[in-house]
Amino acid sequence: MSGRLRAISLRILQAVPVVIGVVVISFVLTRALPGDPAVYFAGPAADEASIAQIRKELGLDRSWPEQFAIYVGALLSGDLGKSLSTGQPVLSDLATRLPASLELTLVSLLLACAIAIPLGVLAATRPGSWIDHLCRILVTAGVSLPTFFTGVVLIYVFYYLLGFAPSPLGRLDFIYIAPPATTGFYLIDAAIVGDWSTWAAALRQLVLPATTLALFTLAPIARMTRAAMLSALSADFIRTARAAGLRGRTVLFAYAFRNALLPVVTTLGMVFSFMLGANVLVEKVFAWPGVGSYAVEALVVSDYAAVQGFVLAMALLFVALNLLIDLIYSLIDPRIGFSAQ
Amino acid sequence: MTEAMHEPPRSRSTLDHALYVLRDNPVTLIAFAMFALLLFMALFGPLVAPYDPLASNTDVALKPPSAAHWFGTDNLGRDVFSRVLVAARLDLMISIAAVALSFIVGSVLGAAAGYWGGWIDTVLGRLLDTIMAFPLFVLAMGIVAALGNSVENIIYATAIINTPFYARLVRAEVNIRRNAGFAQAAKLAGNSDLRVLAFHIFPNALPPMMVQVSLNLGWSILNAAGLSFIGLGVRPPTAEWGVMVAEGANFIVSGEWWVALFPGLALMFAVFTFNLLGDGLRDIVDPRQRT
Amino acid sequence: MLKLTDLSVRFRTRRGPVDAVRSVSLELGRGETLGVVGESGSGKSVTSYALMRILDRGGEIVAGDAVYGGVDLRRASERAMADIRGREISMIFQNPRAALNPIRTVGRQIEDVLRRHSRATAQTARRKAIKAMEAVRIQDAAARYHAYPFELSGGMCQRIVIAIALACDPKLLIADEPTTGLDITTQKAVMDLIAELIRERDMSAILITHDLGLAAQYCDRIAVMKDGEVVETGASADVFGAPAHAYTRKLVSATPRDGAQLRGLLPAEARKPPPARAALGAPILEVQELTKTFPGKAGPVHAVKGVSFDVRDGETVGLVGESGCGKSTTSAMIVRLLDPTSGRIVFKGEDLARRPAARFARDPLRAQIQMVFQDATDSLNPRHTSRQSIEEPLRRLSPLGARARSARIEELADLVGLPQPLLDRFPHQLSGGQKARVGIARAIALEPRFLILDEPTAALDVSIQAIVLNLLADLRAKLGMSYLFVSHDLHVVRLLCDRVVVMRAGEIVEQGAVEEVMRAPSDPYTQSLLDAAPRPPVALAAE
Repeated sequence: MSGRLRAISLRILQAVPVVIGVVVISFVLTRALPGDPAVYFAGPAADEASIAQIRKELGLDRSWPEQFAIYVGALLSGDLGKSLSTGQPVLSDLATRLPASLELTLVSLLLACAIAIPLGVLAATRPGSWIDHLCRILVTAGVSLPTFFTGVVLIYVFYYLLGFAPSPLGRLDFIYIAPPATTGFYLIDAAIVGDWSTWAAALRQLVLPATTLALFTLAPIARMTRAAMLSALSADFIRTARAAGLRGRTVLFAYAFRNALLPVVTTLGMVFSFMLGANVLVEKVFAWPGVGSYAVEALVVSDYAAVQGFVLAMALLFVALNLLIDLIYSLIDPRIGFSAQ
Repeated sequence: MTEAMHEPPRSRSTLDHALYVLRDNPVTLIAFAMFALLLFMALFGPLVAPYDPLASNTDVALKPPSAAHWFGTDNLGRDVFSRVLVAARLDLMISIAAVALSFIVGSVLGAAAGYWGGWIDTVLGRLLDTIMAFPLFVLAMGIVAALGNSVENIIYATAIINTPFYARLVRAEVNIRRNAGFAQAAKLAGNSDLRVLAFHIFPNALPPMMVQVSLNLGWSILNAAGLSFIGLGVRPPTAEWGVMVAEGANFIVSGEWWVALFPGLALMFAVFTFNLLGDGLRDIVDPRQRT
Repeated sequence: MLKLTDLSVRFRTRRGPVDAVRSVSLELGRGETLGVVGESGSGKSVTSYALMRILDRGGEIVAGDAVYGGVDLRRASERAMADIRGREISMIFQNPRAALNPIRTVGRQIEDVLRRHSRATAQTARRKAIKAMEAVRIQDAAARYHAYPFELSGGMCQRIVIAIALACDPKLLIADEPTTGLDITTQKAVMDLIAELIRERDMSAILITHDLGLAAQYCDRIAVMKDGEVVETGASADVFGAPAHAYTRKLVSATPRDGAQLRGLLPAEARKPPPARAALGAPILEVQELTKTFPGKAGPVHAVKGVSFDVRDGETVGLVGESGCGKSTTSAMIVRLLDPTSGRIVFKGEDLARRPAARFARDPLRAQIQMVFQDATDSLNPRHTSRQSIEEPLRRLSPLGARARSARIEELADLVGLPQPLLDRFPHQLSGGQKARVGIARAIALEPRFLILDEPTAALDVSIQAIVLNLLADLRAKLGMSYLFVSHDLHVVRLLCDRVVVMRAGEIVEQGAVEEVMRAPSDPYTQSLLDAAPRPPVALAAE
């Protein structure tokens, strides 16, 4: 299967121009600021001298290609500039806050998949049944829900009215101490040291924001699963399998579901795009100390280096996720690499 | 002249068809009714609003819904009902303008790439890949942050992140029909490439486009409201659903639910309407649905 | 062995119930091969799905009985049915590539069946699967075991489907259009294999086909279906030799066969005297050393490699070959949709190859060369009514005003036999034959001198094909056109053509007068094409 290996390396190579494109757009965004970028980067409290110094630091007095070269050079050395509000390098700010965002996103994704995929499969195997209608309602409602509004409603119901949920402020109630950072994921770190009360507390904090994000995410996954399953079930090869007497279970899973999985995996790219965006809103609603709320705080104080660093970091993360999705896809679909031969 | 003689029966049948689709599918009918309500709010909201949406009155701050204030009042004593009503115009305008922009740009680029292929296709593909390489809402944040905080920039940012969807859809729809028999027949009938593309192939891409337009309108409203929610674009005290939810969110933990709930519901209502509208619109634009 | 009594199948659809099969009674003895023939929509496939109980959603048996070897197939439990499928009764399908799971190796798919019916254990499955592949004459089966369907040819995929069907030695094989979607030469190989396996294993079989020739050649008995009903059954020779039912007569006479004349395809009552042919004139089209090379990923693809032939004024030339032989590329270049790589296309003394296809739309000769497309559905704009489709060339290329155009459209509709009320319908509201007429009306709207017919009847049922071929012959006589008839079927080509050009792999292997080529082909490839085509029933008296 050298064809497949070649296809995989080709796919990895294809990420290179995309990364270059991302860096170019990111550069344009940092330089497209109306007025003098130096004034923005220096912040509202800066005086003439510090603005001039920033301008020199940013190389704004040079030609565009030179500026781009400087920008790329800084990126390569991991320099995304300094945040005005925290005084720290943007890169280290992002690095410390990224695990919080990833934990929220991944838990939501797992939750969404755990609900959406069985739902989509059931809806497709029983069209017109109550579960099919439920699926359709969830799908339409799910994409209509503004995540920030869902979050607010959930807080009102489960925190204010019912008192089930802890106060929606961050990853851990103030009476607990964060577990020693190994992965940065509280659920994993607390489990590693066996601190189950912290683990439970972290989970309680996570439930509402993760549900909010999952409600939004499950709609596209369920819709795609249902559609893919319906089209797989009506395929000719399903008739062959049935005519050969294969059991319903085998037909459903080994034949229909494995084929239906392909378009679902492809949709995950789009789903990640939506999730990384919705993450920002959910983090703001729940005061979740991730990169999203960092960016929002930076926006409020016009801390543009932090915002643009965030945008670039998210784009690179997303490119990596897409690459991962495509690699997974090429593992399930034997046809990948055939055309490249 | 005879042209005109042909036209009336045709347009009547189109209208008939639209009515038939509406009668045939109650969901579409409901969606259109909801859309009519939204349009009414957008056109006449400021006229029918009982209070000035910006007038604050601290005497009645944070009052729950009552006969005088149907949706209650916010922390500055402004009437939430009036503000929700008035905000419809701004929210609809942003999404419609953004979708119109991306529809036009995406159609032209996608049609050219799908029909002629070659370097146009390659360049466009690269450009779209790069845009789509960003999580779209995050890209919109970056664009608005870079261009400056204004309603126009929200529209541009939303249009930019929408464009890839149209361009890709049109490209695919045009590409599968590029060598279709009817496109070749149109060439044999003396149509130039441009005419074949514009009058024979492109109209066939309209039904799926209509679904996209409708979904996109909803999505654009969500995006604009989301941007306002995190403090980009529309600024307080302007009445806008996202901003209002953001303001109301501060009071939710103390139990004043109405400040955030009603603008949030209005937002949901609008997005839900557009999502429902999609299939109905496609049925109306698609002649194959005629019987 | 198998007995269907008054079997009826109904589908629930959005527009109410549809009776797909009405009171069908059939019998099949041990070791017998029954052919079920009929045109599309006759319910022949649905009947077989019904007795296998694998009807699509919404379909159910509403009346009648199906009994197989004492088992009531209609009332058997789903579990019992699943045991019967694949072990007692097996099925093979049309379009073999789609009939296989695209992401499972073919070996595993055969194993699935073997394991399901306890014919193999985890240890023996692989060996037995390879044996099953060898049984359908697959060379190097052990290596092919790991192949995915997309890595195999269509004919090879059909062999795999047959291997799956026969892996557990069923007693009855149902073959549903097993050769549709395959090339003619592959078709013959696959059919011969099926026939051989049936004989070897002493199975009974049902062959479902629209092709009377195929049925006549391979079946002992025939059942003819029309609109969900069996209109006639009997021994093969009887049904085709002396058809009792009017519909069977119509089908048999409409099937192109040796010695048949164009008018002979039509039902007796519809036959008019054949149109008089004008004497052939000077060459109107001369194709000289035409080549077309496409850039491909793995080097250039030479689709057409130096093709030369001519067509005289009033003449009809057939261009015949299997898919991929370059006949479509050649016709696209002549009709000026595609620029040749080299060569000349001399039409009325002018070299069209010098005029770029992209600008030919406004060429004065555009109206002179027109085309009837292969797939009538695909060639009509779904958003245009018949009237708009026919009007398009008139609007662009004729000086007629709106009123004159309208009159001309109605005249054209009469000419091609399209009822006027259908002019305001959209393509999806028309039948296949009606769409073909719209396509022809559009092609002749500008009174072209030269018309390319690109498999104009390939997607049509035989009875409609008979009508369309006759229409084309009438129009040729009436309007004095020359045709280039592109087709894969020599028997169809013979009916309409004076001369024939046989293409293979981008080159002409033979050309000459059509009767001569068919009687004594000089090239072995032509001979194999002729041999591969199923022998249609010839016994039918011309009445």
